Amino acid sequence: MEFKDYYEIMGVSKDATQDEIKRAYRKLARKYHPDVSKEPDAEQRFKEVGEAYEVLKDPEKRAAYDQLGANWQAGQDFQPPPDWDSGFEFTGGSYTGGSAEDFSDFFETLFGRAGYSTRGAYGGAGARREYSMRGQDTHAKILIDLEDAYTGATRTITLKHSEVGADGRPQVKERTLNVRIPKGIRQGQQIRLAGQGGAGIGTSEAGDLYLEVEFKPHPFYHVEGRDVYLDLPVAPWEAALGAKVKIPTPSGSLDLKIPAGSQGGRKLRLKGRGIPGKQPGDFYVVLKIALPPADSDEAKKAYESFSDAFGGFNPRANLGV
Amino acid sequence: MGNEMMKLLTGELFEDDTELTLGELCRICRLPAERVFELVEQGVVEPIGREPTQWHFRGVSVRRVRCAQRLEEDLGVNAAGAALALDLLDELRMLRARLARFERDRAE
Repeated sequence: MEFKDYYEIMGVSKDATQDEIKRAYRKLARKYHPDVSKEPDAEQRFKEVGEAYEVLKDPEKRAAYDQLGANWQAGQDFQPPPDWDSGFEFTGGSYTGGSAEDFSDFFETLFGRAGYSTRGAYGGAGARREYSMRGQDTHAKILIDLEDAYTGATRTITLKHSEVGADGRPQVKERTLNVRIPKGIRQGQQIRLAGQGGAGIGTSEAGDLYLEVEFKPHPFYHVEGRDVYLDLPVAPWEAALGAKVKIPTPSGSLDLKIPAGSQGGRKLRLKGRGIPGKQPGDFYVVLKIALPPADSDEAKKAYESFSDAFGGFNPRANLGV
Repeated sequence: MGNEMMKLLTGELFEDDTELTLGELCRICRLPAERVFELVEQGVVEPIGREPTQWHFRGVSVRRVRCAQRLEEDLGVNAAGAALALDLLDELRMLRARLARFERDRAE
C-alpha cells in the first residue's frame, strides 16, 4: 500500500491553517470537478483531493495522520504502525460530498470503513427495521460513430462497476450489455435503460442506467449540435467556374453543385441532412481551395500563364498596404 | 450462459422525446418538489406550462438538475450559481466544438 501525502495532494504546507486547507480544497474542487473540468484525469484527481480534504479538514483525523510522522514520502510502501491510532477518539464527523467508497486503501486502513456516513435512506440510529430502497441510478459514457446517429445501431458495451463482495471489500465486476442506439442521437444526450442500474434493496425496483453518448472523432466530419460539417477540398477552377462534385455524407454519397465564383471558406448548406430527428440538423460543406503542386515545368508554366492572365489581381487589396 | 445479459436492450432517448411531470422529475432526481421549485426559480430548469400542476420538463432537465445538485454539494455554490455555471458550461461546450473544427483546419 502506498503512502499518500495529503498535504502534497492539496498543495498546502504541513502547518496550513484550517482556513487555508478549506480554501485550497475549494480551489482544487473547482479545478477538477468532473462536471466542469477539461483535465483528462479530472475524476481521479477530484477523488484524491476529496480524500485528502476528508482527512485534513477534520482536526481529529488530521492530528492522527500527522503523528504517522513527517518522514513518509508519497508513493512509499506503507504499513501503519500497529498502535498508530491509540489514544485518538474519532467522533465520526461527516464526510465531504465525495463518495467514501471511492477512497483509497490507504484511507481505509487508517480510518476504517465503519465510519462512513451513508447517504441512503437507512432507519434511525440503531433502529433495526426492514427497509427497502430503490436501486441507485448509474451512469456511463459510450462512444459511437457519427454514422450510428444517422441509422441507429446496436452496440455491445462492457461496463465495470464495483460491488461489495461477501468479504465486505469492494470488487470490480464487469457486465456486458447489448444496447440499441436510437437514430437521431446527439453528442451529450442520454439513453435511459430502465431497471439496468443498481439493484434495489428489499422489495424495491432496480435503478436506471443512463448512457451518455459521445461521438468518436471522425476523420472528415465534424459535429456541432445537430449540424454536421465537412471540409471539402476543391480545385481553383472548380470554385471559379462552378462544378458538380461527388461528396460523402454520413447517409451516403451525393452530387453537390458548386456555384461558379465560390471562394475558399464558402459554406454550402444541405438542409435537413445533419443528424436526423423531429428537427433534423443541416449538413454544411465548407469549401477549401486545394492548389495543385507546381512540381513540373508544365505545372509551373500553367501557373505563370495564370499569373499573366490575372495581372491586375491583388489578393491583399484590402490590407491597406 | 449470459443469455439474459445479451438480450437486446432498447433505451429511451432522454432529451427530446421525453417530457416529464414535476413528480417524475422529482422521482428520477430524488428531490423534493420544493427543491425543484427553487431550481426553476433560479433558471436551472425551465418548465413548460404555467401552473406547477401543468408543468412538464424536457428530458434534458434531468441532466441539468443532477449537475446543479453535484455542483452545490461538491463546490458549495447556490442554485443561482449553479444555473450560471450550467449556462456557461453549455456555451463552453459549443465553443470547444467549434474551436476543435478550426484548429483542425490549421493543422492541415
